[in-house]
Amino acid sequence: MGKKLLLKHDNIPGINTYEVYRQRGGYASVEKALKTMTPEVIVEEVKKSGLRGRGGAGFPTGMKWSFLAKPPGVPRYLVCNADESEPGTFKDRYLMEKIPHLLIEGMITSSFALGANTSYIYIRGEYFYVARVLEKAIEEAYANGWLGENILGTGFSHHCYVQVGAGAYICGEETALLESLEGKRGNPRIKPPFPAVAGLWGCPTVVNNVETIAAVVPIVNDGGDEYAKIGIGKSTGTKLISASGHINKPGVYEIELGIPVEEFIYSEQYCGGIRNGKKMKAVVAGGSSVPILPADLILKTAKGEPRLMTYESLGDGGFQTGTMLGSGGFIVMDEDTSIVKNLYTFARFYHHESCGQCSPCREGTGWMEKILHKILDGHGTVADVDLLWDIQSNIEGKTICPLGEAAAWPVAAAIRHFRAEFEEYVKNPKSIKDVKHYYRLREKV
Amino acid sequence: MVNNKNLQFSPESLALCKKIMDRYPEGKHKSAVIPVLHIAQSEFDGWLSVPAMDAVAAALNIKPIEVYEVASFYSMFNLRPVGKCTIEVCRTSSCWLMGAEDIVAHIEKKLGIKDGQTSADGMFTLKTVECLGSCGTAPMMQIGASYHENLTFEKVDTILDNYKSNGKRKTYTDLDYKNTL
Ligand SMILES: Cc1cc2nc3c(=O)[nH]c(=O)nc-3n(C[C@H](O)[C@H](O)[C@H](O)COP(=O)(O)O)c2cc1C
Ligand code: FES
Repeated sequence: MGKKLLLKHDNIPGINTYEVYRQRGGYASVEKALKTMTPEVIVEEVKKSGLRGRGGAGFPTGMKWSFLAKPPGVPRYLVCNADESEPGTFKDRYLMEKIPHLLIEGMITSSFALGANTSYIYIRGEYFYVARVLEKAIEEAYANGWLGENILGTGFSHHCYVQVGAGAYICGEETALLESLEGKRGNPRIKPPFPAVAGLWGCPTVVNNVETIAAVVPIVNDGGDEYAKIGIGKSTGTKLISASGHINKPGVYEIELGIPVEEFIYSEQYCGGIRNGKKMKAVVAGGSSVPILPADLILKTAKGEPRLMTYESLGDGGFQTGTMLGSGGFIVMDEDTSIVKNLYTFARFYHHESCGQCSPCREGTGWMEKILHKILDGHGTVADVDLLWDIQSNIEGKTICPLGEAAAWPVAAAIRHFRAEFEEYVKNPKSIKDVKHYYRLREKV
Repeated sequence: MVNNKNLQFSPESLALCKKIMDRYPEGKHKSAVIPVLHIAQSEFDGWLSVPAMDAVAAALNIKPIEVYEVASFYSMFNLRPVGKCTIEVCRTSSCWLMGAEDIVAHIEKKLGIKDGQTSADGMFTLKTVECLGSCGTAPMMQIGASYHENLTFEKVDTILDNYKSNGKRKTYTDLDYKNTL
């Protein structure tokens, strides 16, 4: 069994309530931080831990925190990114629903380290019932003196609020999130200035993912060095992986960074192998935005080494033969899957979610969706495949926010690794699979 | 369907708007626009008519355009009337891999409507949506605040029949969200 730091207690009945959470040692990090540590010392511990942002980009959290501007007399904010809309990702929902107090505890401890007296948890609108769970936890935290004025008599005051969104993937991008939190359309801002200097209402702000903030709790409790003992190289600690698709045991797993991908897919402890005894065709390892890899390349790098669940190993070979850990949204596809059709669902997604500010993204995503639709309708040509390639390469790097890249990369990777399938579809439309996946439907009948 | 009535929030909702506005620093109450739009949508028949959005603007003391431009950006806000229950079926990758298209086809056949349409009795609107963060329990659909997961045809039948015999409007703010927000 791998070591668990976040989901240690997820199966204990009542762990969503304050009493049970507290009995299991909950809120110890707040007590330790406020009574025995200074904000600077906490930031040092987070740096030592090697924790990297769990929202997708993997930016070192301690470094991000140390960039926070501290002009005197100006409030600072911590904003938790609970927008979780990257297809294939559902770990934050699991954590918030099961152990809401872990996030609240992390918010208080992190806010103390950042000198923030107010924090907001921005949660996607569809997660209304999870927002309810968080609000209940916040009420309990207030009632027990962990939130409010002069917490534990230390003079530190903190207020934490839940803010619901209303259905927009782009509001997961941190500056779009801040716009939305200010009551506007979710249009990403031009950076710089970065949120650390001018964020929410123009004040210095740190935006962190749910899982990142939760990980601060064990780091403060056990020390950054202890956290860094788990994992390999610059991939330290544990990571929540959302596993879905054609596997026997879909769900959220906390893994120690560094386990082999093969173990994750095939061992009983995790995904339990491919359903119905089928072979694996491809994997999207880190949410819809990261390059898809065929089975051989997800299990082994181009050099023939076993691929590991780390930022570096998944990235080995660059985009030619590698991918990214991303948000940890791990989607597995079996041998019967149409890669073109799967790509179409992604293309449709990005077209729907583009905010429309930048022409390459607004127009390009729609164009790519239409071409894929044409191919799947049996009217594609080889030139269409080349056109797809051309369009994606003209979006990347030409937009205000990385949604452009997120839309382009999956298209590039599908063509790079599965060009033969595209060509078969355009040359012989009869080969187009009318993919129907009745698996689950059949089993439950 | 243009509704020219002047719409008013209930006193209970207005009190809630005030409470939400208090979460932000002075002068930043515009931040309340999304939560308050959710309240308006629940209170005014599941959609946001121009008078409903104007009521939001009045409650927050901001210009109506500041409300319209936000309401039109986010996909959870309905700018046209909808049935009492909006069935939102996820169709993105993981759900598609697990049979979402078959679920949609089944619902279309059962209710005699296509994606985007409302049933003749005004009970159901069918909508296909993008990933709802329930990929490990695919296929799935959302109705009001409830997630229905690991769907089968039989399960869909039971769920929809129950909503129909219940006959009540379902909104995102169900689950007594209103009492705590
Ligand atoms: C289009 C887009 C969508 C994003 N969606 C999310 C999201 O849903 N959740 C999240 O935590 N980060 C998301 N991010 C990343 C955030 O911009 C940001 O990097 C992150 O919240 C920082 O937190 P971290 O350092 O703790 O990961 C998204 C980025 C982009 C470009
Ligand atoms: S793909 Fe359907 S919930 Fe994520």
